[in-house]
Amino acid sequence: MALLEVDNLRVEFPTRRGTLVAVDDVSFAIDEGEVLGVVGESGAGKSLTGTAIIGLLEPPGRVAGGEIRLEGKRIDKLPPDQMRRIRGAKIGAIFQDPLTSLNPLYRIGTQIVETVLTHTDLTPTKARMRALELLKEVGIPAAEHRIDHYPHQLSGGMRQRVVIALALCANPRLIIADEPTTALDVSIQAQILALLRRLGRDHGTAVMLVTHDMGVIAETAHRVAVMYAGRIAEIGAVRQVVGRPRHPYTVGLMGSIPAVGRDQERLTQIDGAMPRLTDIPRGCAFNPRCPHAFDRCFADRPDPIAMADGKVACWRFDQAEAAAEVGHA
Amino acid sequence: MPDHLPPVPPPTAPAVPPHGRRPDDAELIRDPLVEVQGLAKYFDVSKPFLNRVFEGAPRRLLRAVDGVDIKIPRGETFSLVGESGCGKSTVARTIVGLYRPSRGTVMFEGTDLATLTRRAARMPFHRRVQMIFQDPFASLNPRWRVLDIIAEPIRAHRLAKSAQEVRERVAELLTQVKLTARDGEKFPHEFSGGQRQRISIARALASNPDFLVCDEPTSALDVSVQAQILNLMKDLQRELGLTYLFISHNLAAVYHVSDWVGVMYLGRVVEWGAKRTVFSTPRHPYTRMLLDTIPDITMSGRERMPVGGEVPNPIDPPPGCPFHPRCPHANERCVAELPASKVSEQGSHVACHGVEEGRIPTHAAPGAKVGLGKG
Ligand SMILES: Nc1ncnc2c1ncn2[C@@H]1O[C@H](COP(=O)(O)OP(=O)(O)OP(=O)(O)O)[C@@H](O)[C@H]1O
Ligand SMILES: Nc1ncnc2c1ncn2[C@@H]1O[C@H](COP(=O)(O)OP(=O)(O)OP(=O)(O)O)[C@@H](O)[C@H]1O
Ligand code: SF4
Ligand SMILES: [Mg+2]
Ligand SMILES: [Mg+2]
Repeated sequence: MALLEVDNLRVEFPTRRGTLVAVDDVSFAIDEGEVLGVVGESGAGKSLTGTAIIGLLEPPGRVAGGEIRLEGKRIDKLPPDQMRRIRGAKIGAIFQDPLTSLNPLYRIGTQIVETVLTHTDLTPTKARMRALELLKEVGIPAAEHRIDHYPHQLSGGMRQRVVIALALCANPRLIIADEPTTALDVSIQAQILALLRRLGRDHGTAVMLVTHDMGVIAETAHRVAVMYAGRIAEIGAVRQVVGRPRHPYTVGLMGSIPAVGRDQERLTQIDGAMPRLTDIPRGCAFNPRCPHAFDRCFADRPDPIAMADGKVACWRFDQAEAAAEVGHA
Repeated sequence: MPDHLPPVPPPTAPAVPPHGRRPDDAELIRDPLVEVQGLAKYFDVSKPFLNRVFEGAPRRLLRAVDGVDIKIPRGETFSLVGESGCGKSTVARTIVGLYRPSRGTVMFEGTDLATLTRRAARMPFHRRVQMIFQDPFASLNPRWRVLDIIAEPIRAHRLAKSAQEVRERVAELLTQVKLTARDGEKFPHEFSGGQRQRISIARALASNPDFLVCDEPTSALDVSVQAQILNLMKDLQRELGLTYLFISHNLAAVYHVSDWVGVMYLGRVVEWGAKRTVFSTPRHPYTRMLLDTIPDITMSGRERMPVGGEVPNPIDPPPGCPFHPRCPHANERCVAELPASKVSEQGSHVACHGVEEGRIPTHAAPGAKVGLGKG
């Protein structure tokens, strides 16, 4: 049994102009000690998937279908106070916007100590030691000084690391990390990623790592899910998805990455934009931008098709094609 | 306060360049749009007064920026790189006038910003200089509709004649950043992280600035939208002659957009020069380590080499060269004496005793292994 199981998750926003389906029929699982990378176009529903799992969707947003199970128990229908306890103790969340998790009026040390005291039975002195240790672990230099600083006195990257320390302080079973390293330079980033991997290896912590950085994915994740317009376009082992992408969107995504030393006047971009939630086309949501679209793509929506090494929601990989691929592998 | 700052580089080239040497990079910049000289910004991070009295805690100054000299040529892109906390955002905020420098000057088209004290004198500057902040969420007023957020600079600077014209301009800006005109009706919380970042880009472009400071403008964007935004930045530069100060920890994006690159370490610029020079022949030991950390997506599972050693502390900076505790080439002089910025054979500006003394050989950049020259 996987640590986290998400089955057919659907997230909706009722609006004046009808219901927006922001996450549509998303299924995946994360094992103990496993890092699942989640990538995809801006607005694809990555953050909402994470927010739904931790039960923090803001109304009118709601989970309209599917199941979320943590250690085999459903958590998508829990009353708010029970969910709050699970969130502190079992699930650690690192939000995309570090400032929302930090209170500007309190010193960062105070905020971490409070959280440690709420979720563990450490004494205040021990809790402060734990806070200091965490700040060091996430690479805050001169942590003894910094522990007494206010959020605005830290640089952008330091604030991001304080948020990570907050998410780790109760030793959660699952960490949902939404773009945890965007404001970090490569060497601190490497340190944080090593820390996440170590938690998985030593404590069996599972990580859902949302990021747009393929370098981070390649280095940290075991498996990757690629999202597009609220659905999973492709999911599979990292080598497969990064090294031999199959879904045409994933292929385009890999091509848009700039590289040092490659002199290009313009970066390759996937032409067009992801459809707004209000006008997702019939058939495959990627069809207006897909170089390979054929009749079927305009008529039916593809569900993820199981392949040798993952799943791909693309009609090109249905039956005959899929059989050929499996033969190859 | 330290009394020895690196001297301002001489306006003319050093005597007799060796045969065949390219002109020094700074010589190529004749008429900079922005010129920063000896810039320093210190923050007081002392404990509250009473604690100081009772605990005998000392006054503490945090030297966020400590002696920065750069020139940004008109119509080009200058990037600042360096590890988290080295002072990039502080330089940026000081250049746009959000912080008053503790020392040094910021000149915009030859005018010292410190002399613009009257509001009337500052208004044109505020229109011409815009900043995209590192925390895009914090910089968008949650109670305003996106339309009003983007229209605010247009209204403040009276750049449109009618309400209709304001709407049209906002719609145009939204389309430019790959959102739609209809998105103007929504509130910031209805957008994803990357979409909010694009809203702040649209707002920054609204007043038709000449100089745009972009602090991690694409950090929350997926690569395909990032590609669109970086391409848009380049298009605007070509069409409107925009000048950029670009801050990013994504060295590949920096390589793509920049003409010039400055490498910061603990509040100082330790190396700066033309992009190609710095990336292909980095001289400062820190620059080399930094370039060594460039991720490589083709090597799945590889652990990168982080810059080793203790990350320094701007409250208590080491004496001499700020990099010496982590530098494999440090000697006694490095521990004692702050290196001044000198022009290297490659034309870049490097503040390192080892390079000046010829102890550190030039060798191909680590960047070469990720395909320098392949394109
Ligand atoms: N409160 C809301 N009301 C209406 N729509 C919303 C709301 N919150 C999010 N959305 C929409 O849901 C979609 C998915 O948003 P989400 O934040 O999950 O994207 P994301 O994949 O995390 O993108 P990014 O990479 O830009 O952070 C977006 O199109 C967004 O506009
Ligand atoms: N308002 C402030 N008060 C006190 N210290 C500050 C303030 N702003 C920045 N600092 C300190 O100045 C130093 C430089 O910060 P800055 O934000 O310029 O770094 P940065 O290079 O932008 O880092 P990052 O990549 O993490 O954003 C840091 O040590 C930070 O803690
Ligand atoms: S001055 Fe000395 S310590 Fe500093 S980078 Fe150069 S060799 Fe290293
Ligand atoms: Mg997001
Ligand atoms: Mg910053």
